[in-house]
Amino acid sequence: MSKYKMHVLVCGGTGCHASESDQLLEDLKTIVTEKGLDSEVQVIATGCFGFCEKGPIVKIMPDNTFYTQVTPADAREIVDEHLIKGRKINRLLYVDPENQEHIADSKHMGFYKKQLRIALRNCGFIDPENIDEYISRDGYEALAKCLTEMTPQQVIDEMKKSGLRGRGGGGFSTGLKWEITSKSVSDVKYVVCNADEGDPGAFMDRSILEGDPHSVIEAMAICGYCIGSSIGLVYIRAEYPLAIDRLKTAIAQAREYGLLGNNVLDTGFSFDLELRYGAGAFVCGEETALIHSMEGLRGEPTVKPPFPSVSGYYGKPTNVNNVETFANVPVIINKGADWFASIGSENSKGTKVFALAGKINNVGLIEVPMGTTLREVIYEIGGGIKDGKKFKAVQTGGPSGGCLTEKHLDSPIDYDNLIAAGSMMGSGGMIVMDEDDCMVSIAKFYLDFTVEESCGKCAPCRIGNKRLYEILDKLTQGKGTREDIDSLRNLSYVIKDTALCGLGQTSPNPVLSTIENFWDEYLEHVDEKKCRSGQCKALLQYIIEPENCVGCTACARNCPVNAISGERKGVHIIDQATCIKCGACLEKCKFNAVFIK
Amino acid sequence: MGQVKSLADLRKIKEDLQGKMSLRENSNNPESLVQIRVAMATCGIASGAKQVMEFFIEEFDKRNIQAVVTQTGCMGYCFAEPTIEVTLPGQAPVVFGYVDTKKADDIIEKYVKNGELVDGIIPVNYETIEKK
Repeated sequence: MSKYKMHVLVCGGTGCHASESDQLLEDLKTIVTEKGLDSEVQVIATGCFGFCEKGPIVKIMPDNTFYTQVTPADAREIVDEHLIKGRKINRLLYVDPENQEHIADSKHMGFYKKQLRIALRNCGFIDPENIDEYISRDGYEALAKCLTEMTPQQVIDEMKKSGLRGRGGGGFSTGLKWEITSKSVSDVKYVVCNADEGDPGAFMDRSILEGDPHSVIEAMAICGYCIGSSIGLVYIRAEYPLAIDRLKTAIAQAREYGLLGNNVLDTGFSFDLELRYGAGAFVCGEETALIHSMEGLRGEPTVKPPFPSVSGYYGKPTNVNNVETFANVPVIINKGADWFASIGSENSKGTKVFALAGKINNVGLIEVPMGTTLREVIYEIGGGIKDGKKFKAVQTGGPSGGCLTEKHLDSPIDYDNLIAAGSMMGSGGMIVMDEDDCMVSIAKFYLDFTVEESCGKCAPCRIGNKRLYEILDKLTQGKGTREDIDSLRNLSYVIKDTALCGLGQTSPNPVLSTIENFWDEYLEHVDEKKCRSGQCKALLQYIIEPENCVGCTACARNCPVNAISGERKGVHIIDQATCIKCGACLEKCKFNAVFIK
Repeated sequence: MGQVKSLADLRKIKEDLQGKMSLRENSNNPESLVQIRVAMATCGIASGAKQVMEFFIEEFDKRNIQAVVTQTGCMGYCFAEPTIEVTLPGQAPVVFGYVDTKKADDIIEKYVKNGELVDGIIPVNYETIEKK
């Protein structure tokens, strides 16, 4: 059926593009045609292979040969030797850095693939609305194994041994949490899944629920078995209609198969699930606020202790875990705690899903083993910074996290390293910024978000964050002083020390981490009234270059505040006091006479 | 299907299902099916995955090609939505990004009918738990 016998895939990702992959593609095509092979061999450009440091990459199908650092000069040899004679070219094969062996086949290059999908194992693979597809991928086997072959304590021990830590950001040991809840004595206990994903730019949990809802259901049932609960509640934001639909479908199917409900798998264990909808308040991601919201009360946090594992939903012991945490559970049971613990770094086991967003080429959802470096994530998986710009920072942990800079690029990502670097794991949003982003404005953006989302219960968060926002706004207006930066810092520490819940305690992090890492930029805003990235409009000056101005009057006619004066065919001038920095003159000028200083 | 009553039951269902699937995958029968998975998470649907999926179903029918078109969750390639994965009988799956109905038409005419790849291929850049 297939007309072509061979395909030559040339990486067309940004990284490879920069090292002449387009020339290589053209040369390969020309030579293939020249040799009369174009009816049998197809040469085509593909997306990024995610191995940019060894680019340009050429992959030959169907034998899966993987050539690295191929230059246009190698094109002829590839055609003559490989395509015609079927001999692999050794010097272009990837060399295993450990044993110096040439690796011919990309399937044996385990280390080449930076990503490992555990939580996302079924995402994009199975039909989420078909329970059979989940079962055919070992679905519900972990639950069956727990119910029939393991005691609750054995399951808890396995979870503890695996080293799985909460993926919502806090990083508390999942096994330990289960154990504490299991030891609380009560007639009723609850398993809650926190699907209130609120960080700007984060969509890991939504994707898991939309792509693999059964994995969460199965894990919640396992948790129920361990802690002695027969009711699970999923707190999901109403803004996720598709995730809600798929979850409902999945719950109905699991009930039909007898995998939820009374007497699951004929073992006497009963467990069922209900959904609770959140109205999209960021603070409701905090477990006590989440529980209050589920009870129909205002979504406000309360002081811990008591922890939910002792007194949670309606005062009963409640185990709250995040979606991604649950998605890891069935795999740990199926493949064993040792397997899971072999992945990742010393104190952070397994993988983490990140939502890559911002100024990066391959925006998307990725899952990497803990301990992968930021550089690998941004340059190899993410395909580098958009439009070839310079990397400036990456924001992790959402409004509670901080910014990591170039000096952090090579440190491995895990819970402890991120905290040491002044940020945090958070739920997994990763927003990449380039040289055009102003760090003072970024801090202001996050404070704007926190001010909006603060529940208003405690003064440090309600009033303090508002003040932080106002000072940052003053800086971006060019009205800040050095004392303002000191106040920012002092106020931040006070809020951190005194706020009631996680939201307030972490809200100054974006301010502190940008002051720490981008001190120069803060000083420029204050001392020189300058914003190097041109984001703070108030600090810009639009100026007309007299030599280029021909006096066409286009700028003056389009200025909404009549700040531009000048005779027809004479040089025009912008009155800086009147100018509102809207940029209309820059846009309208056809002679490149307007520029920004 | 009735209720699952034990681990053995579950394993049996699994084996049956896997058997069916591998029969589908390994068959050398030229009439065996072309399989297409369309990434249908919120991001994909917002970029037009639903129209693309309908297009495939209708066009395979019209052009008389035996194919199974199923939906799946997010493949993670949000920069290239809508994304689809095409598995031709006896071949490794290929993921295509930026698939609108025009590209879908190209994929049917060129790749499905002739084995000729079209632009927009996304190399799979992750490992699965089965291999690890």
